[in-house]
Amino acid sequence: MNTTKDKIIHVFSTACIILLSFVWIIPLMWSISIAFRPANDVYKGLFDISGITFENFVNAWNEAPFGSYYIATIIIVVGILCVQLVTSVLAAYAFARLEFLGKNVLFVLFIVQLMIPADVLIAPNYEIISDFGLIDTKIAVMLPYFASAFSIFLLRQTFKQVPIEFDESAKMEGASMWNILTKIYIPMAKPTLTALTLTVGSFHWNNYLWPLIVTNSEENRPLTVGLSVFSASSESGANWATVTAGMLFVILPLLIAFIIFQRQFINSFMHAGLK
Amino acid sequence: MFKKQTLKVNMYGYLFLLPALIFLILFTYYPTLLSIHDSFYLKDNLRPEGAFVGLDNYKYLLQDDVFQKVLWNNLIFAIGTVPTSIMLAMFMAVKLNKVTRINQWMKTSYFYPTVIPLVAVANIWLFIYQPDFGLYTRFADFFGLPDIPWLQSELWVMPAMIILTIWKEAGFFMIFFLAGLQNIPNHIYESASMEGASNGYVFRKLTFPLLMPTTLFVFIIALTNSVKTVDHIFVMTEGGPNNASNLILYYIYQNRFTFGDIGIAATASVILIVVLLAISLINFFVLDRKIHY
Repeated sequence: MNTTKDKIIHVFSTACIILLSFVWIIPLMWSISIAFRPANDVYKGLFDISGITFENFVNAWNEAPFGSYYIATIIIVVGILCVQLVTSVLAAYAFARLEFLGKNVLFVLFIVQLMIPADVLIAPNYEIISDFGLIDTKIAVMLPYFASAFSIFLLRQTFKQVPIEFDESAKMEGASMWNILTKIYIPMAKPTLTALTLTVGSFHWNNYLWPLIVTNSEENRPLTVGLSVFSASSESGANWATVTAGMLFVILPLLIAFIIFQRQFINSFMHAGLK
Repeated sequence: MFKKQTLKVNMYGYLFLLPALIFLILFTYYPTLLSIHDSFYLKDNLRPEGAFVGLDNYKYLLQDDVFQKVLWNNLIFAIGTVPTSIMLAMFMAVKLNKVTRINQWMKTSYFYPTVIPLVAVANIWLFIYQPDFGLYTRFADFFGLPDIPWLQSELWVMPAMIILTIWKEAGFFMIFFLAGLQNIPNHIYESASMEGASNGYVFRKLTFPLLMPTTLFVFIIALTNSVKTVDHIFVMTEGGPNNASNLILYYIYQNRFTFGDIGIAATASVILIVVLLAISLINFFVLDRKIHY
């Protein structure tokens, strides 16, 4: 157990994991330090700090409509979550507890969505949204994500663990299927619903390509698209600090939420990945 | 009575599935079929109706130098990102599995890139790779390392993308390995240590094989990610220089939305779908058999 070789490996790998964690944390620390320092500091030494300022945040906020990007992002994320959770709960219950003809075939139809995620169907989905006349609307950003095989599977697994006796005794007492679903299944799936809210929510807060394609106007653009427009319009070094401040507007809400609810976040990603 | 009951359950089944099914058909099946259909047509902004050309689009793509380069790039990108991020993630999980304050802190620092958008990550790394005042240049100057024109050079742009992607993903994969480690019963380790097995031996003979199902699961996610994440390209390189950082999905974007070529974009989409289905088939027919022992 305590051979010399073991000890060397242990010391070496511990040094690696610590050094590596600096590689991970430094980009963020550096960004934060640039955003809070006067714009000219980017040309100076790393630790040659000439002062702390909020100027870059004020400039970023004034130069791009971050307020409107926030509103669009929140509407899109909440919209997707609400509809996706409802469609998924219903479908998951059907797959977990109801018997009907063609159930297995339908199940396979849903599996295919795991293989071909909406993220790669940007070109054809654009034609469809365009046919609906929905280009440059928030609903266009949300529509392809209203049904999620991933959420359905996760909820189906959870529902399958609910003891079937609960169903039977509720039915004997004359409860309707709707009552069984809302009074027994949904409350029991609360950990899964929380996990889905965090993972699906952060996925869509961070989503970029699809909203980039289907939105043109300020009021429909989420933060990610707004940030890329903002950084593309000011790439010179003089604006580094402002762009970095804008970048922090985009990442801070999730980052702060993550730091406060760290355990829930990590558990949710674990939970969502393992079922 | 019995039949009536069955019929009623049937109805509810379909009724509950209907909302999800509508969106599934509209935004997964219909677009897939539409891509296949459009791939047989010469169709662009000037000819929105399209003209049937059979397999011409496929012939064109297979002979197109840019598309060949893009396929090749995507392969390099996958080979560069997938094994390294899996190994790093496993290393992180094995080292940080024990719950201590410092391990908790390190887990946080490895995991946080997961919750920030790739576009923001690209923005941060743009300033790391920036040649004059970027973090890498400062670091290189300090240690006397050579300056590397990361994003300006055809040679270095792909390594730059690969490093960024590993940085973004490894902490996410670490989570799955941590969960995998929790599922390994403790008594296995106890008996190994009683028999005086070295740490290296325990890792090779116990931990690594027992983590295999997790490794294969992560492998599929990482492989799929390597063909569906292109956000950073928009911010950093727009596929350049000279298409050296162009990937399949970005090529589809360019053809559809920059050049307005619906037919070619559809054909490339079909090829991408085939690639994704192939990845899933590996999962179902090869890996699934091995991991359920």
